[in-house]
Amino acid sequence: MGPDAEIPVLTTSVEKMVQWARRSSIWPVTFGLACCAIEMMAMSCSRYDIARFGAEVFRGSPRQSDLMIVAGRLSRKMAPALRRIYDQMPEPKWVISMGACASIGGVFDNYALVQGVDQVVPVDVYVPGCPPRPESLIYGIVQLQRKIAQQKMS
Amino acid sequence: MDADALFAVLQETLPGVHTERVPSVDLQTSVYVRREDLPAVARTLRAALEFTLLAELTAVDFWPREPRFEVVYLLVSIERRLRLRLKVRLDGQAARIATVSDIWPSANWLEREVWDLFGIEFERHPDPRRLLMPEDWEGFPLRKDYPVQINAKVRTSEPMQMTEEEFRANVQKDRLARG
Repeated sequence: MGPDAEIPVLTTSVEKMVQWARRSSIWPVTFGLACCAIEMMAMSCSRYDIARFGAEVFRGSPRQSDLMIVAGRLSRKMAPALRRIYDQMPEPKWVISMGACASIGGVFDNYALVQGVDQVVPVDVYVPGCPPRPESLIYGIVQLQRKIAQQKMS
Repeated sequence: MDADALFAVLQETLPGVHTERVPSVDLQTSVYVRREDLPAVARTLRAALEFTLLAELTAVDFWPREPRFEVVYLLVSIERRLRLRLKVRLDGQAARIATVSDIWPSANWLEREVWDLFGIEFERHPDPRRLLMPEDWEGFPLRKDYPVQINAKVRTSEPMQMTEEEFRANVQKDRLARG
């Protein structure tokens, strides 16, 4: 505390402030593929309340979102649509692969499903579980926030 | 009307048609008919016994047995409270059968689904496209000799909906409109 302690000012670097702003208001795109989406909805509702971490604003448009939670198994027919929605999101953007099916194909080792969405979009955080409980997904989002806090601007 | 009585009525309604009774555990009347008889049988059943509802149309693959495929039609007569299961055997080399979508419109998508997954061709179908799999998919996944765990490369883009010439013409038109 210096001589100007009573002036309400906080000094920081631009980088830290941007990282803080980005991680404190992650807007996920509304994109549920299967039963994992039910847990994702539970996470966003009152009981688990993801608003505590600033990620509750699920947007209906990829243009307004910066997080894609791939919640469920991705079929090969759906893969082009998923990629298109990802491409439509503005930078910076992040992807959470939610559950066993999205991460590695889960129990569906067959022709119809993509064996891991990292073949289609770059994934930042993998959340294990079948389906993951809302707490797991919240933990995944917190991990993502830590990752964003580390990302350099340049 | 029990299964025996319905079969007797069927034989009466369809004189000269080869019908073969199938034993079934669920006590439902289950009958094989020949492929070439199917459209006539379908029409007669709808007209004479009021089987106005085609509840389900599906197929079974008995590979490597021949005849390999069986197409199954589940019919319901709401007026007379009857249910009937029609079956047709199809050879693997000639997996073709006449469409019934002109008799029961609900057959349209069901036949597309059977074509998509079993590769059974429905002659004179009004819209013979795949229903579930991507349009450029190769093979018929529900066939018993299909390699289920193939891990093909994932496509991340859809094929162009127009040719390159059409695309260029559209761009040109757009430019002209903007002046």
